[in-house]
Amino acid sequence: MTNAPTSPAASTSPAQAVWLVAEREIGSKLRSKAFMISTGILLLIALAGVLIGGFASKSPTPDAVAATSETAAAVEALPNVKVTEVADRAAAEKLVLDDEVIAAVVPATGDPLGIAILAKDDAPTALVMGLSQTPHVELLKPADTNPFVRYLVAIGFGIVFLMAASTFGGTIAQSVVEEKQTRVVELLISAIPTRALLAGKVIGNTVLAMAQIVLLAAIAVVGLIVTGQDELLAGIGAPVLWFAVFFLFGFILLASLYAAAAAMVSRQEDIGSTTMPLMMLVMAPYFLVIFFNDNPLVLTIMSYVPFSAPVAMPVRLFVGEAQWWEPLLSLVILLATCIAAILVGAKIYQNSLLRMGARVKLGEALRG
Amino acid sequence: MSSGHLHLEGITKSYGARTVLDGIRFDVAPGRLTGFVGGNGAGKTTTMRIILGVLAADAGTVTLGGSAVSTADRRRFGYMPEERGLYPKMKVLEQVVYLARLHGFGKTDATARATALLEELGLGERLNDNIESLSLGNQQRAQIAAALVHDPEVLILDEPFSGLDPLAVDVVAGVLQTRAAQGASILFSSHQLDVVERLCDDLIIIAGGEIRAAGSREQLREQHSSLRYRLTTAGDAGWLRSEPGVQVVDFEGGTALFDVDGAHTAERVLRDAVARGGVTGFTPQHPSLAQIFKEVIA
Repeated sequence: MTNAPTSPAASTSPAQAVWLVAEREIGSKLRSKAFMISTGILLLIALAGVLIGGFASKSPTPDAVAATSETAAAVEALPNVKVTEVADRAAAEKLVLDDEVIAAVVPATGDPLGIAILAKDDAPTALVMGLSQTPHVELLKPADTNPFVRYLVAIGFGIVFLMAASTFGGTIAQSVVEEKQTRVVELLISAIPTRALLAGKVIGNTVLAMAQIVLLAAIAVVGLIVTGQDELLAGIGAPVLWFAVFFLFGFILLASLYAAAAAMVSRQEDIGSTTMPLMMLVMAPYFLVIFFNDNPLVLTIMSYVPFSAPVAMPVRLFVGEAQWWEPLLSLVILLATCIAAILVGAKIYQNSLLRMGARVKLGEALRG
Repeated sequence: MSSGHLHLEGITKSYGARTVLDGIRFDVAPGRLTGFVGGNGAGKTTTMRIILGVLAADAGTVTLGGSAVSTADRRRFGYMPEERGLYPKMKVLEQVVYLARLHGFGKTDATARATALLEELGLGERLNDNIESLSLGNQQRAQIAAALVHDPEVLILDEPFSGLDPLAVDVVAGVLQTRAAQGASILFSSHQLDVVERLCDDLIIIAGGEIRAAGSREQLREQHSSLRYRLTTAGDAGWLRSEPGVQVVDFEGGTALFDVDGAHTAERVLRDAVARGGVTGFTPQHPSLAQIFKEVIA
């Protein structure tokens, strides 16, 4: 350049450096078509899941039932039936045999209820139950949640955590190795402190991961409202918020470790060898929560272990098994682990970043 | 000592039992191009990394203008690492702007500087191409832009000329000379001794982790000149063989290359040659950098 050298207005503060790095991480990810498409597909799947679930539970196909003028009123009072009125028993039998209706309700003299149900080859249980007189049942200790809904919620939190953590954990690992492999890292750390570089990468990817989680949550909430599943929404609102908070710190914890693990290798092909243990840590909560979502002891333990707390604590909150102070205590444990992971991660990162070639041994990376 | 004067004193670095740098001491003066030459594994890259603070030395100090180099000082260093590295999927301009901003420039300022510099280096047409789509030579120019964009006071360039065609070498050499004229302290390593010879003001030769020679180019040449002369005459120069104090190195008809034991012998030989007639040339032979290099590292 021909203009005289001028010094920069102000030298970069660490905070500025961190933000510049984070901004680049976010920008380069948002410009990747593969990333945008896969995120779009993920959001569509979530939307479809909520909508289909909503419509399916809302409007099951009504059963067609034939009835005579004497019985029509009683049958119409039942939920979810479509009444076809017929003149007499003979007409009703014909419809049943022709599979026009699943059953017919006709008057029966001599029966205590005064009606009889005609069916082809299988007793229509729902109809029988509906027309029977049953004693009143009083549940003394009702189950809080439907076990199926509980299972779905557990899988939901598990899968969102697994996908977001492994996607962005993988992203940060790749980005660390890319810088190492292309030696950009030498330029970067001659300009800014190593810790600022690490912090920027962790923050950038955390912002992306959180944005994806928030989008998913927004889609779920809107979907639940649109399909009128207010009851489920009321139950899941608070657990989702807790999930977001736990995910935030859980992800920072994982991201620091992913960055450190990736810094120990020099080529993209070798990432797997050091990040495999982390992949296990990310997948464990998903499988455990599927197998043990009805085992309070396992869930309780999981809800305090930092790596699985983001999945297990929201599930326990959803089913109402957790006391109000439990998420707070678990969060404190998570935070402490998070800080420890950042310190250890930064040390490994700093010590491994310039060591090219063979994989750096963990002991050496920690000693420096 | 002027503010941009870089001084290394007693720099030592070992990896395990292997000592790669042993008491390195040299200066890089402002306004001068300092060439840094040495064989493979001599310690050039390690020295440069230590100057940049990318590596820590086991012992010794790096000072700038007399005081220890601080992190803030290093923001005003420009660095070109030996193994080139820029983000392959980032656009050329964006990449250089990013590095300028990491060095503390605002967005607008950084963009203006990066654009001007890339144009000066002949990459004006490729500003919005991804680094990976450039030829190696152009990637090299982008790399140089990355090292220069923040107008560094001290430039540390590891092999800035490797992989460049002769025209590109001239472009880059021109840019470096401009920077030196503006007062930057520039240290560059190279295996291309002819380029170093043509370009550098000062020279440092390193071998086996030790500095074998350091000083200005002329000074080194004088130190290593061996009182060698070349005589070209119309007749036969065979008589030189019997002259006292003369050692003929190479001889072919009317041309002889010979060493003398002193300046007075050289004068006497010249007088004799003129008396015999037909002298067309009598020149003192300065050792080339390659010769000095071989001599010092031997």
